[in-house]
Amino acid sequence: MSGAGARRAIVPAPAAGRGTVARALVTAGAAVSAGSTFLPWTWTASFPGDLTVAGYPGGNQVITLVVALVMLAYCGAAYGLPGLRALAPRGATPALRALALALAVSTGYVLAAIAITLGGLVNWVPGSWVAAVAVLLTLLAALALPDDRRDAPPPAPGPRWRETLVVFAVLLGGLVLADYGLATEHTEQFIGYVLALGFAVRGLGVSGLPAVISALIARNRVATSVAALCAGLAFAVIQTSGAYTSLAANVLIFGAVALGLNIVVGLSGLLDLGYVAFLGVGAYAGALVSGSTFSRFTGTPLPFWAAVLIGIAVAVLAGVVIGAPTLRVRGDYLAIVTLGFGEIFRIVVNNLDGVSGPQLTNGPNGIPNIPDLVIFGYDFGEEHTVLGVTFGRFTNYYLLLVLVIAVMVFVFARVGDSRIGRAWVAIREDEVAAQAMGVNTFRLKLLAFALGAAMAGLAGTVQAHVTTTVTPDQYQFLSTAPPNSAFLLAAVVLGGMGTITGPLLGGALLFVIPEKLEFFEDKQLLLFGLTLILMMRLRPEGIVPNRRRQLEFHEEEIAGREGRAVAGVGA
Amino acid sequence: MTVLDARGVTMRFGGLTAVKGVDLSVAEGEIVGLIGPNGAGKTTFFNCLTGLYTPTAGEVRYRGSRLPARPHEVTRAGVARTFQNIRLFPNMTVLENVLVGRHVRMREGLFSAIGRSPRYRRAEREAREAARELLDFAGIGGQASSLARNLSYGDQRRLEIARAMASGPGLLLLDEPTAGMNARETRQARDLVLAIRGRGVAVVVIEHDMRFIFGVCDRVAVLTQGEKLVEGAPAEVRADERVIAAYLGTPAGDGPGGAARGEGD
Ligand SMILES: Nc1ncnc2c1ncn2[C@@H]1O[C@H](COP(=O)(O)OP(=O)(O)O)[C@@H](O)[C@H]1O
Ligand SMILES: [Mg+2]
Repeated sequence: MSGAGARRAIVPAPAAGRGTVARALVTAGAAVSAGSTFLPWTWTASFPGDLTVAGYPGGNQVITLVVALVMLAYCGAAYGLPGLRALAPRGATPALRALALALAVSTGYVLAAIAITLGGLVNWVPGSWVAAVAVLLTLLAALALPDDRRDAPPPAPGPRWRETLVVFAVLLGGLVLADYGLATEHTEQFIGYVLALGFAVRGLGVSGLPAVISALIARNRVATSVAALCAGLAFAVIQTSGAYTSLAANVLIFGAVALGLNIVVGLSGLLDLGYVAFLGVGAYAGALVSGSTFSRFTGTPLPFWAAVLIGIAVAVLAGVVIGAPTLRVRGDYLAIVTLGFGEIFRIVVNNLDGVSGPQLTNGPNGIPNIPDLVIFGYDFGEEHTVLGVTFGRFTNYYLLLVLVIAVMVFVFARVGDSRIGRAWVAIREDEVAAQAMGVNTFRLKLLAFALGAAMAGLAGTVQAHVTTTVTPDQYQFLSTAPPNSAFLLAAVVLGGMGTITGPLLGGALLFVIPEKLEFFEDKQLLLFGLTLILMMRLRPEGIVPNRRRQLEFHEEEIAGREGRAVAGVGA
Repeated sequence: MTVLDARGVTMRFGGLTAVKGVDLSVAEGEIVGLIGPNGAGKTTFFNCLTGLYTPTAGEVRYRGSRLPARPHEVTRAGVARTFQNIRLFPNMTVLENVLVGRHVRMREGLFSAIGRSPRYRRAEREAREAARELLDFAGIGGQASSLARNLSYGDQRRLEIARAMASGPGLLLLDEPTAGMNARETRQARDLVLAIRGRGVAVVVIEHDMRFIFGVCDRVAVLTQGEKLVEGAPAEVRADERVIAAYLGTPAGDGPGGAARGEGD
């Protein structure tokens, strides 16, 4: 390679043929690392995940194997193999370095864990030594690679069928990754997974692949939506464990509410600290008409569609009642007033117990015994076997929630990219200027509040059935477990304000990580705070940056590619 | 026919009277200049016209009927403005900025946005076409998909004008449109103002650049300390000694070259 790109290597090595040697060493190291996962890494099955078997990888070895295989693919890119070059549009070296780091950290972590939890290096067997040496060698060789960073012109769009295929492959790959993380059985395995994924994502980030993929997704909106829906539904097929489908259903509820909050916070810029109250309103509305024996309105349950309409209507009403007086104040004041209203909801529900107020909600006892949904004769409480696949109770709700989220995403995307959505963003950007441009700011803010509340209310009516019990304490400003207003806000901000995937991803992470790291127990909030600080320091735009923000960084590139197209709402 | 008829507009902030009984009328197709030293109350007067402030006293009529009280209603009625300190929507694209300007000329609400009927699509397409046309008109058509914040200073001013024009005004209020522009950009701004008049929009422009003011305005009003000092054709105003005095801070009677400070205020 000649020309502008200065060749820099972090580990100095003899200049002649340095690149060739380093590249060969990286490839060999990755291959040996991959091979080592077929050997046992310890002698006792008492280490979580059983790493004693020879012949196939188990537990954390799978993580090492996958990272090593991805590395081998990038080695192919470094060698310029035709099919693989596309993996690293901006150069393979940075990606290989980050991936080597991912390999070393995740493998090193588990090897260290073996030595520590079992008491010393004596618990390493030859396989562990092979793995340790291989990953270390890979890392050193990767650091010695010459820098091959280059400016990549955005690739020309390929044939439609191929792009569609790639979109499906990417989303289904994401599904498999997410499913693996969700279903990790041991803390060690989950930490190894997070370490590997974190470093690998960084690595792929510098390779320029995400920019290509997000452009691909932006070009193929319909295919992406269909693929995402398929991936969502496929999860129900590949994951059958009740514990994990329950977790997944709760993640979806949380994500749905975060998406609703994103209209208020992300698009309109209204800091709402009491948003979880709308989820509560929907859940209580759903519970009251569910036919629960503890509801004031016992008897036959309302059909689901009617319950949903009531849940949405009551939540919108609450949104308007809360919004009408508060939306006249701005900024910090709005945050404080909504915080107050959120707490008022909880206190009111606590007091509508027939003693301190009229009997409606059973006060702190809440409404238990909420029966399962029955839609068109399909009982959500029962197992159903369709084409040999068994759908358990939580899978049923999970599938319903996938549809609910699909509807929400549809509404969010369409409204966000319309006269109404533009007015919301204008209000967020400069309220006075928006007014001067003819935007009735009060009415539009109220509309944002109402639509946000409607989404939370819809999620709430489903949530009541999933959890079977609603109590006032589920709907607080802050508690150790999601959903609560603070976590919802964090999901939106961490995920990416104003985007669709951001809050869903942020919500999933905020829900799953505390669930998986059980040993943090009472330190969960501390962990949560640290994560927030780190994220805001390292990536203030969130995991999924808004396309408007992306424009800030890659303006010429995107403007050139899209010609006369305008930026839509989010990724 | 008069487009704007402001009578006795007064704005008091506590003890300070920023605008005192100012009258101003603008005829169809006219370009009126509003000049005066800093702090004279020019921007405050604009704010009174556009509903950002509610005047303490006075009446503002637009094409014969009283202007409504709230800013978005004023824009709907047909009076649009730009700001002295540019107020774009920085993280929206240039095109989106102009589309927000068209907000009052579109009717599509929440449900038609979700439903996307053919009528909705047509309205949206027409809005985009109109917005692009305005961007070309303002000379920034090539930047439609950049973020507003990344435009040069002069282009941001032009975008603000295009955005205001998107609301289909009958009267455009420009607050120091050439502030911070170089000579070439100022000339282009001048052509733009003349072209706006060419589209049948009356203009009131606040400016400190006298060459600009005397070059484009049909009539000039001078504001000092909240009161209208003089109003008339550019040539008359330029020759008026009170205006020269107001600008140079010397009492009436001293020549413009005289540096001596008199006893008056
Ligand atoms: N909102 C306000 N509150 C108090 N005083 C104000 C306000 N707006 C403007 N003023 C005062 O009114 C006077 C006129 O200001 P302005 O209209 O901005 O002058 P100009 O635009 O002619 O330079 C100034 O003394 C300013 O401090
Ligand atoms: Mg001013």
